[in-house]
Amino acid sequence: MASKLSEVLAAAKAENRAALIGYLPAGFPTVEGGIEAVNALVEGGCDIVEIGLPHSDPVLDGATIQTADDIALRGGVRIKDVLHTVAEVAAAHPEAAVLVMTYWNPVDRYGVARFAADLAAAGGAGCILPDLPVEESEEWRKAAGEHGLDTVFVVAPSSKDHRLAEVTAAGSGFVYAAAVMGVTGTRAQVGNLAEDLVARTRATTELPVCVGLGVSTPAQAAEVASFADGVIVGSAFVQRILDADGDQAAALAAVRTLAGELAEGVRRR
Amino acid sequence: MSENDYLPGAQVPDARGYFGAYGGRFIPEALVAAVEQVAEEYEKAKTDPAFAAELDGLLKDYTGRPSPLTDVRRFSAEAGGARVLLKREDLNHTGSHKINNVLGQALLTKRMGKTRIIAETGAGQHGVATATACALFGFDCTIYMGEVDTQRQALNVARMRMLGAEVIAVKSGSRTLKDAINEAFRDWVANVDSTHYLFGTVAGPHPFPMMVRDFHRVIGVEARQQVLDRTGRLPDAVVACVGGGSNAMGIFHEFIPDAGVRLIGCEAAGEGAETPRHAATLTKGDPGVLHGSRTYVLQDEDGQTIESHSISAGLDYPGVGPEHAWLKDTGRAEYRPVTDDQAMQALRLLSRTEGIIPAIESAHALAGALELGRELGPEATILVSLSGRGDKDMHTAAEYFGLYDSEGK
Repeated sequence: MASKLSEVLAAAKAENRAALIGYLPAGFPTVEGGIEAVNALVEGGCDIVEIGLPHSDPVLDGATIQTADDIALRGGVRIKDVLHTVAEVAAAHPEAAVLVMTYWNPVDRYGVARFAADLAAAGGAGCILPDLPVEESEEWRKAAGEHGLDTVFVVAPSSKDHRLAEVTAAGSGFVYAAAVMGVTGTRAQVGNLAEDLVARTRATTELPVCVGLGVSTPAQAAEVASFADGVIVGSAFVQRILDADGDQAAALAAVRTLAGELAEGVRRR
Repeated sequence: MSENDYLPGAQVPDARGYFGAYGGRFIPEALVAAVEQVAEEYEKAKTDPAFAAELDGLLKDYTGRPSPLTDVRRFSAEAGGARVLLKREDLNHTGSHKINNVLGQALLTKRMGKTRIIAETGAGQHGVATATACALFGFDCTIYMGEVDTQRQALNVARMRMLGAEVIAVKSGSRTLKDAINEAFRDWVANVDSTHYLFGTVAGPHPFPMMVRDFHRVIGVEARQQVLDRTGRLPDAVVACVGGGSNAMGIFHEFIPDAGVRLIGCEAAGEGAETPRHAATLTKGDPGVLHGSRTYVLQDEDGQTIESHSISAGLDYPGVGPEHAWLKDTGRAEYRPVTDDQAMQALRLLSRTEGIIPAIESAHALAGALELGRELGPEATILVSLSGRGDKDMHTAAEYFGLYDSEGK
């Protein structure tokens, strides 16, 4: 049986377009406000959402997501709130695939099997674990497999071809291709590393390849959609909420509008 | 000194970088190629006589090795009469043990053809040593330092800048060593083609815990022979401070097979290990993953890192090297908490009994030796790693003891 994530990506492909994947941390700016914001992403046009588990040490995130994580953690967000966010979004939008993106230590501490079970029970489709390399991932993949969760691995422009084959063989759902070498955050240009990486990744796998890091505008989304199966946008959504400066209605309108514009972009490939 | 003196053939850790349950390589995919390159280059360098000869020459003629072993008789009188011997890493060029590892990794950087070095620093000793090596080898140098630490170790910020390094004050999180490491990792991910991350302690992803230990192993190799020559026997205990744990691993490692020698690490207990304000990771932490390896971590029940506190910037870290975690679990080493007050009293005591002003980090080991000496009595011999000198800490010490007052204390 195809996973939820695979189904959603296949549906986008059948429409001859790239999928749109949006990211927001849970608990940002509050737990309930964060749920509304993720729902707005889906309503605006995201096919898949990644819900971030805010972390004290987000070493792969730039200043924008660090700020959001700080706000969420100072607000007291807990792992149970992240799972609650997944459950609320999955219930409101059964058409969307809901992923969790988290650094490894919170999962390790919560309990690997327990986290997989609770994420699946909440209606989550899978997990992205950006600091868990394939070599350290066996326990997680076993638990994820038992609960029907996909595990999305990241590949980077620095990944050599033999390495790409190892990573894609271990993953499921899709492959997350990092467009640039660096941390999360918006960038003026996506850069030409991404297209080459997507081509090299496709040579190793049948899985869809989605591109993230630095993508923030509809034009960039259209550009990436011309060579990838999905377009991942995170910091641009977070920045809209930061810019709203506490005005939740304005924040929701801004992220819904951006999702809509990006959804047009991925159809312009 | 032969190459074997500092580059051992020890088979710990295993091929995946594990010391028992601790270590490994928890890194983003973007850094896998770079970390593998470091590991491969280090394996090649280890068996290359030219590398050993070049490092040997630098350690001797630039650093000033071997460092002396000093009997501290007046200080010993306060330690229950036990004979205390100090391994004088404070007398190395740049003022601490950190230069041992830095020179090794600087040579490795040259072999890898990289032109830029980044590093984190807490007390500034690793930053100063790194800036020094970059000046010597002609590398571009950027040092990340928590904003809190740039203030309490301002002298070392000036030293790094004098040496030509760019010092970036990190304003995120607790604005101390942990956050400096986070920021250095972010830089490395973005600039990995040109840049080596010259990690300063025995933590981080494999091979760093092993490699940094190997470069510091010279401390224990020299000290073990010096103690034998001086006293005719092995010491009863070896004591060192532990933040990340590099000077402790360096002095411990050669003694690990000597079952009769107790290995004692002194962690920073800040205002007390029973209070929320401490950095006693092995005493109070739980296994988890921080900065690329599985080890003990000060963390809450959701796996969020808890901010550490210590008067000593170099020990103010909520993680610890994985080999220490392994030594703790196996019982081969013991780890004791030492409070800010205990360390500061030991700092003043060594200054006034021996004319040696230690770093506040090293003063934690001295406080541990005072306590241990009183437990073991006058027959005992205690080897202490005096990992650094205290010039950088004069502002903190002056505030603590009121030395800026007209009378002083």
